[in-house]
Amino acid sequence: MLNLTIDGKKVQAEAGWTLLDTARQHHIEIPTLCYHEAVEPFGACRLCVVELRQGDNSRLVASCVYPAEEGLEVHTMSEKVKNVRRWILEMLLSECPASEAVREMAAEYGVDSTRFEVRNPEEECILCGLCVRACAQVVGANAISTVGRGAQKEIGSPYLIPGEACVACGTCVTVCPTGAMRARFDRVRGVPEVVMAKAGK
Amino acid sequence: MAQTAIDIDIDEIIERYPGKPEYLIFLMQDIQAAFNYISPEALTLVCDHTGVAESQAYAVATFYNSFSLEPKGENLVQVCLGTACHLKGSGLIAENLMRSIGLDEPGTTEDLKYTVETVNCLGACALAPVAVVNEAYQPKVSSPKLMKTVKKLGDA
Amino acid sequence: MEELEQLRGELQAAVDPDQTMIVVCHGTGCVANGSQDVTQALKNALAEAGEDIKVMPGIKTTGCHGFCSRGPLVIIKPANVFYQQVKPGDVEEIVAQTILKGETVDRLLYKHPQSGDALETTDEIPFYAGQERVVLQNIGQIDPTDLEDALRAGAYAGMAKALTAMQPAEVIESVTKAGLRGRGGAGFPTGVKWGLAAKHGDVEKFVLCNADEGDPGAFMDRSVMEGDPHAVVEGMIIGGYAIGANVGYVYVRAEYPLAIKHLEMALDDARALGLLGENILGSGFNFDIRINRGAGAFVCGEETALMRSVEGKVGEPVPRPPYPSDKGLFGKPSVLNNVETWANVSRILDRGWEWFAGLGTEKSKGTKVFALVGKVNNVGLVEVPMGIKLKEIVMEIGGGVPGSDHFKAVQTGGPSGGCLPWEDAELPVDFDSLIAAGSMMGSGGMIVMDDRDCMVDVAKYFLGFLEEESCGKCFPCRLGVPRLRETLNRFSKGQGTVEDIDDLYSLAEAIKMGSLCALGGTAPNAVLSTLRYFRGEYEAHILEHRCPAGVCKDLITYKIDPDTCTGCRACARACPQEAISGEKKKPHTIDESLCIRCGMCMESCKFGAIQVF
Repeated sequence: MLNLTIDGKKVQAEAGWTLLDTARQHHIEIPTLCYHEAVEPFGACRLCVVELRQGDNSRLVASCVYPAEEGLEVHTMSEKVKNVRRWILEMLLSECPASEAVREMAAEYGVDSTRFEVRNPEEECILCGLCVRACAQVVGANAISTVGRGAQKEIGSPYLIPGEACVACGTCVTVCPTGAMRARFDRVRGVPEVVMAKAGK
Repeated sequence: MAQTAIDIDIDEIIERYPGKPEYLIFLMQDIQAAFNYISPEALTLVCDHTGVAESQAYAVATFYNSFSLEPKGENLVQVCLGTACHLKGSGLIAENLMRSIGLDEPGTTEDLKYTVETVNCLGACALAPVAVVNEAYQPKVSSPKLMKTVKKLGDA
Repeated sequence: MEELEQLRGELQAAVDPDQTMIVVCHGTGCVANGSQDVTQALKNALAEAGEDIKVMPGIKTTGCHGFCSRGPLVIIKPANVFYQQVKPGDVEEIVAQTILKGETVDRLLYKHPQSGDALETTDEIPFYAGQERVVLQNIGQIDPTDLEDALRAGAYAGMAKALTAMQPAEVIESVTKAGLRGRGGAGFPTGVKWGLAAKHGDVEKFVLCNADEGDPGAFMDRSVMEGDPHAVVEGMIIGGYAIGANVGYVYVRAEYPLAIKHLEMALDDARALGLLGENILGSGFNFDIRINRGAGAFVCGEETALMRSVEGKVGEPVPRPPYPSDKGLFGKPSVLNNVETWANVSRILDRGWEWFAGLGTEKSKGTKVFALVGKVNNVGLVEVPMGIKLKEIVMEIGGGVPGSDHFKAVQTGGPSGGCLPWEDAELPVDFDSLIAAGSMMGSGGMIVMDDRDCMVDVAKYFLGFLEEESCGKCFPCRLGVPRLRETLNRFSKGQGTVEDIDDLYSLAEAIKMGSLCALGGTAPNAVLSTLRYFRGEYEAHILEHRCPAGVCKDLITYKIDPDTCTGCRACARACPQEAISGEKKKPHTIDESLCIRCGMCMESCKFGAIQVF
């Protein structure tokens, strides 16, 4: 057993646990968007950052990937942590304003509006990559991936058209934290013939 | 350049490397070099050979700058936007060149005559601002100089 | 090992040190300026003069001599007569005067920028005299495509020593004691890094060379690979032996075709001579190297992203821990160092850690190679001892700023670094001083800026660069860098408020602290360092709607000086907007409402009549 403190509270962790595992085991809330038990942690959304302090030194790490270590002093709600979360949430509000999940989480941090320009009011996808990882790691279909890079990145199947790799299992839709995959699903699997027939096509 | 590509046997390229995922980028680079772009058919062959899922290969093809999924123009003009070139006005030079051949942003002209790319530092800072026209370095270019060089290629 | 030293001795003995050798620089800069034509002209001229020459001089083409702004360079050895900006047409005179008569061609000599005196040899030129060449010691001396020439200069002596006379642990100890810190940017102690990988014992491991030199304004590593590829190969073999790896990978930018070619030749030649491959020098140690070409992604300079790319994947960084020394390439313990670090390893093993530890400062040992570029007289590649003052590099070795007695700023560390003002001219250049000043060493780009460079524009430039190069995986970088750039965009249009500056600080902090890798973690540095030293310039944009340097398009106007304008119509012909009018041979004027500030008029004016306000 490893001994560490989270927000001043002494807690124990088993070797191999992450800081997020440890906190959740002890009912300490840490917000996440790109994390899901069913797939490998990714460390991308950075909402789960926590502060590690050692004397005067301090740094932020993503708790979903950082391993619990003996003697760590962890702070989950310090000013530095909240500053990172607030900015990410405010930027998400402008990037994917249609997402209910993002709006709710932002409100918890007192972020009700965004100073940034909204490009697409319909956008829900936060690019957490859960759909891609679930399709690869859980289903094994590898039907979708991230396409492009940086600010232009998006989620899709090759050439952004329906492909044969999709088995239409819907795992990506289930795992999506914002509901964005619902709208993209047909572009990945193609519109099934039944639906086409109903629509009289 | 692109014209000779037809003679190149894609199977010969595929067989240059063992069928392992780590050779994905090698293969895509060789295909890009031979054909000037990576066609969907070529990408499928690469995936079959290396055992990489098509979605993964597509992710790689769209992540790295050097891969193009569409044919490029006959003439390739690269304008360096490294810091030294930027300070000496390469941003304006690129804009002026693109405007003069009817491009709003880096890319290929409709008639497939030119592809203009802006590139990160070529490491030829002593020649700043520098452009590369069909692999030939153009040291200390200016907008008028570069536009003239490029127009000449098009007329040839 | 004895055989290697015997061969080296024979090779050295076969060369007459007094024989005249004409060295032509074939670095990328000189080649672009036509040095290959100069070499051809030399060959022709020598053949023609053949009968008149008593002892035929040799011609040697080498890697980059560093003095790129003066190329093509020709040096006549052994006297080291230095000719600059040599054209094929000058060659006949060089042969007639210098080769046949032993006299110098004065008009081709370098003139001292202040005194105007013609300087005859490299040793007299401040650009060279102020340097301390360790990594670059052979570059410009040897033919990089000739292993025998490299051997004459001492190549593979350090490797031979390590493999035949030292235990792996002793090699690591030497590198640690030398105090070598990684030259790729962060300055992590190299020996410590090796020790972390070595401790995994007898498992498959890898060494890698980061040759994905992506910082704009940096070309140190390219020059090393082009000019002395064996130094890199030798360093990697030593590293492989030290940590217990049998395979090495060089990940090199595809934009460096000549570097790739020279490396490939070096590997083939080393294999043929038994310096690479199975049972190197009979030591029982096997090691080979393969080359991966980059595919165009700056983020692949980050070690975990680089390893993913070598695996054939998308170059996205992954969180550390696990560190690459535990779980790196293909999940195996791996050590990644950059080109300059590997070259230093060869020197340390050859000349001993004590010698290396005697160079530089207490915490930053050795030398550092910088690419000195921008608004500086002597653009090129320089190697200086750590701890040298910023001013010495720019104003002495670099010969100062054209038309000015000071620089406005010096940018170091590439997109991750920052801008240092003239007030920091006395700053010692080492890892820790640069970080304390808000910049960083980075891989060695040093970009000099003068009063015509706008700091808001420079910060915007670097953010734009990083926005394009962000992999897009982690949210703070993907979302935050574009937002920082947008704010600066508004500033450069004269919009925004002083409160926006406060927000900028807060967002910058969130990006720095929250990002997954160093690309995002250092992305705000360009903004933060320019705000720290040039806040007044930001305020001039926001409060006075003015760009003091005359760069930001929306805040400037182009005007024609009626006294200088000759009415030649060159500008009017160049203007894509037909915004310039005036009678022939009479001063012209620009219609501001039509002007798009493209600068074409300024570039086409031969009289300097176009001014920016």
